[in-house]
Amino acid sequence: MLVKRIIPCLDVKEGKVVKGVHFENIKDVGDPVELARRYEEEGADELIFLDITASYEQRETMIQVAEKVAEVLTIPFTIGGGIGAAGQVANLLKAGADKISINTQAVLKPELITELAEMFGSQCVVVAIDVKRTWDRINRRSYWEVFINGGRTPTGKDALSWAQQVEKLGAGEILLTSMDTDGTQAGYDISLTRKVAERVHLPIIASGGAGKLEHLLAVLREGKADAALVASIFHYRYFSIGEAKAYLQKRGIPVRVED
Amino acid sequence: MIAIVDYEIGNLYSISKALARLGEEVVITNQAQVIREAEAVVLPGVGSFGKAMENLEKKEIKEAIRENQEDGKSLLGICLGLQLLFEKSQEAPRKKGLSLLPGEVMKLPPTNKIPHIGWNRVYFKKDSPLTQDIPQGRFFYFAHSFYALPEESSMVVGICNYNVVIPALVNQDNIWGLQFHPEKSSVWGMKILENWVRSWKK
Repeated sequence: MLVKRIIPCLDVKEGKVVKGVHFENIKDVGDPVELARRYEEEGADELIFLDITASYEQRETMIQVAEKVAEVLTIPFTIGGGIGAAGQVANLLKAGADKISINTQAVLKPELITELAEMFGSQCVVVAIDVKRTWDRINRRSYWEVFINGGRTPTGKDALSWAQQVEKLGAGEILLTSMDTDGTQAGYDISLTRKVAERVHLPIIASGGAGKLEHLLAVLREGKADAALVASIFHYRYFSIGEAKAYLQKRGIPVRVED
Repeated sequence: MIAIVDYEIGNLYSISKALARLGEEVVITNQAQVIREAEAVVLPGVGSFGKAMENLEKKEIKEAIRENQEDGKSLLGICLGLQLLFEKSQEAPRKKGLSLLPGEVMKLPPTNKIPHIGWNRVYFKKDSPLTQDIPQGRFFYFAHSFYALPEESSMVVGICNYNVVIPALVNQDNIWGLQFHPEKSSVWGMKILENWVRSWKK
């Protein structure tokens, strides 16, 4: 049986991990390679590196990050942030990334999803969707709206139908972030995650809001997510990945724990 | 020297690093001649069935692989690389595969989430040099939408379950296929690679 995945997410700026990760006895807290290795040892199922570098020129550093990480890692990893062309994807995969994630450019040029899927296979195309609950004044109802440009630009698109569309276009996975819960550590948006998971036949990686182990359990069980993206819980050492998996396993969630 | 066949797309870096970590000399190549000179060949898993076969035919790699196989050299297909070993695939119905193994490649049934992405347990149906020292039910990393169905069930060494039984490790003589990614499967993946190298290394 396929198990649920726990995926630490690392924000990278100009080649360095930001949002301070608190490992003890670590020389360079910003070194993506050292952190990647630590998380693999702890039992991470895969890793995601999100490039939050502002300037286009410095994006090239992500290729070096991918190469260095691939040299030490024996679990899969995804690279996202500012990706918009097949050439860029080819370079990142060649450097050792297993998957790439696209967000803004997928909304602006939906055919990019198909192009990448045909070229590299669906299994390496993750479409990230940033969602915020919004009031639709015309129809007098709230809906989940897709945002792009790092959450700064509303698109008017409905997240549920966009999720269905990206599946048709050839995406291999959806990385679903609730902007309402992101950064709150008050729990994932369970109803959003569940709605999307029931609507599409792609694996769903839920993101935004994990602060306690109960939150992981809820999003994997009630939220029907296939994987949970986690940042603060692990970065600030509230819990180790091992503790999180033991907690989930005890409550009947299948996870990768060697017995 | 191990030759890793280059299709010019996708992640070949990880498998080459994994084999280099075992102390092997590794060359990533699309040259038939280099493949002929290699002690063993890895057919990695990137792209689609049709595109991959096109590339193998264009560069006469197909013939080199066949010659190597007749010379008794070991061949390891990974993910799509495993699927290419067979005769045909639903992914590209008009394209012939390498046809080194009898059988065909099917789309995963739509009752599942597709692709099959993540960690799944692999069970062995028999002993083989590649499964040495690996207990039953260890986790390996899968990422695929198609799976190979060999004609002879005797070729299936290892399986995994995804509502359908997926042959995860197949073997006939000196030909090996892994549906999962050993280079991404942590400790046990590395163990399989180590076992594979040991199986042909004199």
